[in-house]
Order: sequence, then C-alpha cells, then structure tokens
Amino acid sequence: MIELTEEQILRYSRHILLQDVGVEGQEKIMNARVLVVGAGGLGAPVSLYLAAAGIGTIGIIDADTVDLSNLQRQVIHFTKDVGVPKVQSAKEKIQAINPDVRVETYYDFLNSSNAVDIIKEYDFIVDGTDNFPVKFLINDACVMAGKPFSHGGILRFNGQTFTHLPGTACYRCIFDAPPPAGAVPTCSQAGVLGAIAGMLGTIQAAETLKYFTGVGELLTNRLLTFDAKSMQFRTVNVRQRSTCPICGATPTIDHLIDYEQAACDLKKH
Amino acid sequence: MAKIYINGDEQDIKLPLNLSQLIAQLHIDKPEMVSVQVNEEFAERDDWDKTNIKEADRVDFLYFMGGGAL
Repeated sequence: MIELTEEQILRYSRHILLQDVGVEGQEKIMNARVLVVGAGGLGAPVSLYLAAAGIGTIGIIDADTVDLSNLQRQVIHFTKDVGVPKVQSAKEKIQAINPDVRVETYYDFLNSSNAVDIIKEYDFIVDGTDNFPVKFLINDACVMAGKPFSHGGILRFNGQTFTHLPGTACYRCIFDAPPPAGAVPTCSQAGVLGAIAGMLGTIQAAETLKYFTGVGELLTNRLLTFDAKSMQFRTVNVRQRSTCPICGATPTIDHLIDYEQAACDLKKH
Repeated sequence: MAKIYINGDEQDIKLPLNLSQLIAQLHIDKPEMVSVQVNEEFAERDDWDKTNIKEADRVDFLYFMGGGAL
C-alpha cells in the first residue's frame, strides 16, 4: 500500500476523481514498472503521459542520440538536446514532469542477448521502436516470458496498434515474419506527419494505464488502425493462430532472433 | 456480382474468384508482404489460390507499419 502525500493527492486528483480509477487505481499505477522500448516518435508521448500519470518505474532503452530531424515529432526532446543520448534527454523531462517516477535508462539496442534480462524486470512493455527486427524480438521475448505488451507502428499518415496479453493474438499471429530488409519504407524514406506519433503513442499510453487499473477493454485480439487523412479509425478482429510459429499449437521458434536490418536502418552508433 | 467487404468497404466483385486472383485484381500494393484475413481468420499465403471468395466475405489486408529513422 502506498500512502499518498497531500501533494500526490492533488497531483493525481484528476485520476482519483474517476470512479473507475480512484486512489486504489492510482496506487496500482504508482507500483507499476513499464519498459518503453525506443525513445523516439512513439516512445516520446508514451513516456510523457506515463510520467504524468505517476507510473512507478519507467525503463527506457534506446541506443540513439537526438538528431535535429527527430524534433518534428519526438516531443520529449528539445533543440538543446541535439547530440545527447535519447535516454538521457527523456529521463530529464520525465523527472521534470514528475519527480515521483523512477527512471531506468539503457543506452543500448535491445537484442537477443539482453532482451530476456531486461524485460523480466518489468510488468508491461511498450513497443515504440522503428524497425521490424526488434518488433519481432519484443513480441517473441514477451510471448516467451509471458509478459503483456503494446505493439505500435506509424508511417506517413497511418498508425497501427494492438495489445498482447498471454493467450491472445501476438504479432506473429498477424504478421508471420519480418519483411525482407528494405522492403518497407521507414519514416526517413517515406516521411511521417509528426502528430501521428502523438496520436498512436497516446493510445499506447492509455492501454498501459488501463492494463494496470483494470479499466475497460484492452485492444487484445483487435488491431486498431487509423488513417489520419480521413480520420477514420478501424478495428480488425484478429486471433491467436494455431499455426503461429511462436504462440501456436506447435511453435517452431524457441530462441530470440536478431533479424537482419536494412542497410539504411543501421544506426550510426 | 457478389458483395464483399474489403477493409470494411463494400465492393462488388464477379465470382468465382480466389484470394490470389482478388489480390491481383485489386492491384494490392506489395502482395508479397501483405497479411490477409478472410472473415477474421488469417489466410496462409500458400492457401491463397485455394481460398474461394464467397458472397458477404470480409477480407482485410493488413500492412506492416514500422516507423523508422536512419
């Protein structure tokens, strides 16, 4: 049980007022440990909103430094942060919003050798990554570890997300394997409307908070996609596939894989 | 003509038609990478030419979306 200080009761009053959340829900949020993979377009709004909500511990992993071209959408990074490791820039802003939040940073790539150890420390994982190899890695690691996660992806004017709980559709149930390196354009090739990152990232943050407070229905077995040009949102029902290579009846994947990245996706590090 | 739903939108198509043919007809972008569901069931790529489209079928084309930076 957390004893909320008077200051915290005021800080979180708008949560506490919600019948569905209350002090009990706020305490669950404050006991939560969330790993945000990627401190970029999606990781930025996710981290900001989770910090504001008072998530107990936010882990952030990103091997990148802030680049000027990031500032169009990665709202947790400011002009002064260009050249600074993203995890450092993110931690600074999270703590400025909310000193209650403990931030654990990993200035590194998530890969097959560290994923298991990092993920096991957290209750919920948010995919804010920008490449398919790591999206599949997150999926596989979470499925193997029995960890829930939020999947997210954006491009141009579109966004896509779903939430995985053990026993529900995973990424491979929908998308069997990563596309060949270079087959799908990245934001740096195709572009992305900055605000799209906010649209999708805040949905992921909301799903995370719903997970801990138990409010409403999560986007499990549902793929939410939107087209911001028409502002149409669509939900497609998906389900666990018995032929899924990782969560199906006879899994064929029993270890984490570092898929090849497109040559142009390799980060300067 | 049969009425089917493609990504939620009603469309008229001429039957008989299998999924491979539908994909070709619609000029689906990058068919080697799209994921397809028919009536909310994942359609295995190897079965596309054996999957016959019926009246009122709901076909969803799901695309990879990954964001990304150089």
